[in-house]
Amino acid sequence: MVRMSYAQAACAAVERAMRADSRVVVLGEDVGRGGIFGQYRGLQQQFGAARVIDTPISEATIMGAAVGMALAGLVPVVEMRVVDFALCAMDEIVNQAAKARYMFGGQARVGLVARMPTGLWSGSAAQHSQSLEAWFAHVPGLVVVAPSTPEDNYGLLSAAIACGDPVIYMEHKELWGLEGDVAPGATVRLGRAKVLRAGSDLTLVTWSRTVHAALEAAELARARGIGVEVIDLRTLWPWDRDTVFGSCARTGRLLVAHEAVRPGGFGGEIAAEVAEVLGIRVKRVGSPRVPVGYSRPLEDEARVGAERILAAIQGFH
Amino acid sequence: MARIRAFENAAEEASRGGVSAFGAALAADVRVRGPLHLSTGQEAVAAGVCANLAPADLITSTHRGHGHTIAKGASIERMMCELFGRASGTNRGKGGSMHIADFSVGMLGANGVVAAGIPIAVGAAHAVRIRGGGEVVACFFGDGAVNRGPFLEGLNWAAIHRLPVLFVCEDNRWSATTPTAAMTAGEGALARARAIGVDGLVVDGNDVFAVDAAAGELLARVRAGDGPRFLHAITYRFKGHVSVDPATYRDGEEVARAIENDPLPLAAARIGAAQAKRILEEAEAEVRRALEIAAAAPWPAPEAAYTDIQDTGAGRWFG
Repeated sequence: MVRMSYAQAACAAVERAMRADSRVVVLGEDVGRGGIFGQYRGLQQQFGAARVIDTPISEATIMGAAVGMALAGLVPVVEMRVVDFALCAMDEIVNQAAKARYMFGGQARVGLVARMPTGLWSGSAAQHSQSLEAWFAHVPGLVVVAPSTPEDNYGLLSAAIACGDPVIYMEHKELWGLEGDVAPGATVRLGRAKVLRAGSDLTLVTWSRTVHAALEAAELARARGIGVEVIDLRTLWPWDRDTVFGSCARTGRLLVAHEAVRPGGFGGEIAAEVAEVLGIRVKRVGSPRVPVGYSRPLEDEARVGAERILAAIQGFH
Repeated sequence: MARIRAFENAAEEASRGGVSAFGAALAADVRVRGPLHLSTGQEAVAAGVCANLAPADLITSTHRGHGHTIAKGASIERMMCELFGRASGTNRGKGGSMHIADFSVGMLGANGVVAAGIPIAVGAAHAVRIRGGGEVVACFFGDGAVNRGPFLEGLNWAAIHRLPVLFVCEDNRWSATTPTAAMTAGEGALARARAIGVDGLVVDGNDVFAVDAAAGELLARVRAGDGPRFLHAITYRFKGHVSVDPATYRDGEEVARAIENDPLPLAAARIGAAQAKRILEEAEAEVRRALEIAAAAPWPAPEAAYTDIQDTGAGRWFG
C-alpha cells in the first residue's frame, strides 16, 4: 500500500495505463502543466507532448476530437476541467460518443474516459459547483463513475480506461487533497458498490463527497441508537442493484443522499426502483433546487452535510 | 457520380411518404422511413474529392452523406439495405440514412448534427499523427456548418497541430430552407478558413474534373505534411432539404439555372455521350439489383435493440 492523495492516485492510474498501452493518450486544457488540480502532474514530462496533449479552450472539439481518436483506435483520457464546462461539449458526449457504436451497428466503439470534476466548489458559485451525474446516467451508452476515496479513484480510473465504453468520470472538486492508502495495480470493478459500514435499521446509499458526510451522519445516528448501513455506490451507471437491494431487504428502509439538486436527481431513480420492487419506505436528501450562491450563507443552503442526512435518518422514526 | 445519382433517385422514390414534414403525411407502408437528405446535384464534390483518396484514407460526412459514402467505396447494396432498415445494412439497420457509415472503407460516419463531423475528423487525423500513419482525412460539411462553433474550433485545432485534414465545404447554398448567404457574414467560407491559417481553393463544385484537380493539388500539400487545407466547392441542392420537401421557397429561375449546370451532363460532355450512357445504365442496373436485395433482406431481430450500446451496464435494465 502507498499513501496517496486523491489527485496523486488518479495520476498514478493514468501513468500506469499509458505505460502499459501506447493507445492511451491524454488531452485537455492545461494538462501539460499537470492540470489545475494536479491530477496530471508529471505526465507530459514522462510521455511527451504528443501523448499528453495541451488543447485550446475548445470543449466541443476536445470531446469531438476524442471521439474521432477513439474511432481511429486510440484510448483518450479527456479532461473537461469541471463538469460545468462539459456542457459546452454535450453534443459530442450525448449525440456522438454515446451513440456512435449503436448507430454504426457495432462497426466501432468509443472507448474513452471523460473526466469532469463535479460538485460544490467552495466560493466558486453557480457555474463551477454543479453535480450533474443524473443527466449522464440518463443517456444510453454512457458509464458514469464517481469515486469517493484515493483507493477507488485509482482503481476505478484504471477500470474506466480499460473498459472500452465512453465513461463519464466524475472526481469531486474538493476531494483532491484527501489522502488514503492505495494498492498499486489494483483495479475496482465498474458497477460494484462498496458497503462501508454495516447497520440493521436503515440503508444509506450515497456517492462522491457525500459518502464522507454520510459516514459522519451514520456515526451520529449510532449515538442515537440507529444502525445505518452506508453504501458507496461508486458507479452510478450501471448501479449495483444486487448490493443495494440486498441491504434494503434486510433493513427495510432506504435513504439516498447526494450533493446534486434533489428534484430529478439520481437518488430518485434508486428510490423508485427500490420502492417498486421491495415496497419499503424510501427517502432522498439532496440540495434544494437553487443555483449555488457565492456568499457563504447562500452556498451553505446548497450544501448536503451530515446534519441534513442525520435529520432525514431520524425522519424515519 | 452516376452511381450516386442512381442511388439518390431510387432512394427518393422509395422514401415517398416516409416522414411527416413540409406538409407531407406519413404513409402506412413505406420502404425508406424518416427524413432523407438527398445529394442529387452535388455528386461532383463527393466523386472529385474521393477520387484522390486511398482506401486507407478516412472521411467524415454529413446528414447529406450518401454520395460521400458511395464515393469512398461503400457497397450500394448494403447501403440500400440500411435505408430499408434491414439487418444486412451497413449499420445493421440501426443508423439509417443520417448515420450511414462503413468503417471497412474508411467512412467514419454521416452525422445528424451540422458540423459535428468536423471535430471527429480532426481527432481521427490526430490519431493518425500519433500512430505515425500516412493516411489523410477528408472532412465533408455543408455551407451551414461554417456558422457553428465546431467549425472554428476544429479548423484551429487542425492548424495548430498541422494535422492531415482536407476540409471540404460542400456549398449547396441552402441551410435547410434558408439561403445561407442571408445568414452568413463576411467574405465566405474560404476567407474564414484563411483567417484561421488554413489556406485553400474555391472550385466549381459541379465540374468533377475541376474538383478532382483542386482536391488533388490540396491533398498533395496535406500528404506532404504541410498541415490542413480547405476546399470550398460551390454546387447546388437540386432537391428540397429532405426528400418530401418540395422546396417551393426557392426561386424557379435559380433552380432552372442550377439544373442547366447539372454535373452529370457536364461530365458526359467531356467523356463522350456513348460512354456516359453506358456508365449511367450500369449504375441504374446496380441500384435496381440493390433495391431488389434490400426489399427481400431480413429485418433485425427486436433483441438487436439491446446490443452494441455498451458492455458495462448493457442489457435490458429493469424491463
